Amino acid sequence: MLAIDVTTYGWTTALKTGIVLAVIPAAAIVLGYTFLLKMMSHMQSRLGPMEAGPHGALQLIADGVKFIQKEDIIPDEADRRIFALAPLVVILSTFLLYIVLPAGPHLIVQDLDVGVFFALAVSSLSVIGVLMAGWSSANKYSLLGALRAAGQLIAYELPLVLAVVGVVVQAGTMSMQGIVAAQAHGEIFGFGAIGNPFILTQFVGFVLFLAASQAELTQTPFDMPVAESELVAGYMTEYSGFRFLFFFMAEFGTAFALAAIAATLFLGGWYVPGVTGNAADVLGPLVLGAKIMAVSFLIFWIRFTYPRFREDQLQTFAWKYLIPISLVNIVVTGVLKVVL
Amino acid sequence: MPQLPGLVKGLGVTFKTMLAGAVTVQYPHVKEEPPSRARGVIALKEENCTVCMLCARQCPDWCIYIEGHKEKRPPRREGGKPRTVNALDRFDIDYALCMYCGICVEVCPFDALFWTPEYEYSEPKIADLLHDKERLGEWMQTVPEPLPLEVGAAKKK
Repeated sequence: MLAIDVTTYGWTTALKTGIVLAVIPAAAIVLGYTFLLKMMSHMQSRLGPMEAGPHGALQLIADGVKFIQKEDIIPDEADRRIFALAPLVVILSTFLLYIVLPAGPHLIVQDLDVGVFFALAVSSLSVIGVLMAGWSSANKYSLLGALRAAGQLIAYELPLVLAVVGVVVQAGTMSMQGIVAAQAHGEIFGFGAIGNPFILTQFVGFVLFLAASQAELTQTPFDMPVAESELVAGYMTEYSGFRFLFFFMAEFGTAFALAAIAATLFLGGWYVPGVTGNAADVLGPLVLGAKIMAVSFLIFWIRFTYPRFREDQLQTFAWKYLIPISLVNIVVTGVLKVVL
Repeated sequence: MPQLPGLVKGLGVTFKTMLAGAVTVQYPHVKEEPPSRARGVIALKEENCTVCMLCARQCPDWCIYIEGHKEKRPPRREGGKPRTVNALDRFDIDYALCMYCGICVEVCPFDALFWTPEYEYSEPKIADLLHDKERLGEWMQTVPEPLPLEVGAAKKK
């Protein structure tokens, strides 16, 4: 046993920070390998990386080592301090997202009363980092990419929030653990053995959430901010080495976190029927992990299937379709909540 | 939303492709068998070459280098004049320049040049891609047998 008291505030905070710091690269590697390297390759009738480790499983670690060895290049005209700060702001937003993700009855950094609200608020923090990156790079492609990203993230933040409102109304709480509990204790027409995952009642919300998170992650078909054929790599154009690695980790870390939020809000989270106490703390992360992989599969399947939207189609899709549908969804949910 | 069936169909296409398996080959471990008439590398049958220079002159890239000299040989019949023949001193093909058009093989009037399907002759140094006549002669072992003539084709006289 450790001689120091690990239950003090300082030690628990350090422990939790360490765990989150370890989880984000791990999540990025798992998603990046499973989907970006392997699933995309198979969808293109090829095998992808096969040399580093069994079936290329260590490829991303090799890439990470390569990125760290690279020269740290900052353009002459760049605003050096902001240029260096931007990747940190982007990854900070990802970092904060993990605070409210519950993986078990006790496995949560902090169960905030406004959990979902907090998650959606900090996820939009990355826009600031992206704008900083684009503005400080002294590169027209970076700036255009950053402005596209800003316009897109603002447009899709709205349907993302509105899609979640339906769940919050039905659960009656914004706490992530509260939402899991609400689904665990729910009943489907009086049948309560498996709880009531909100995907059954909030299916529209689930679809809206997936569409909006796709845009939040700037993934195809909403990848105009990093459109290679037009903008080189958008706001990431001037970044190399470990600074680029931060953007990469933030992208896949956020994908993992948004998939986790979707799994928690709509698929029941860590809850396993009939399992309580410490067993739930062991089984919970596994169940949640499986659900996250399922949601990620949907997200990346769409990413690797569809071509890129035009900028006006993107805005039309958000403002004319997603937002009205989500508003109707909220009204219907509210009425049914009161009536039933 | 009239586009919806097409969107679902697209998802189906990628999903089916994902399960169908790869069409690529893991090259250094697994090798593809090229077709027997693939244009891999050009082989030289030295005894057939008469140093006529047709290939070198027709080459669009000027990647064939030929040098030769005239030699006297004993006459065919008793009391005749000695014959003059061309002897080949140098026959190089620079594969760093060659564009594999095959015009040299086409124009050779004495069947001294052949295509072979071998393709593994990459080099770390570009100068090593210049194959001399010994190296080109070695490729002769890999030249596939000519295909059988079609039924009714004219016989060689």
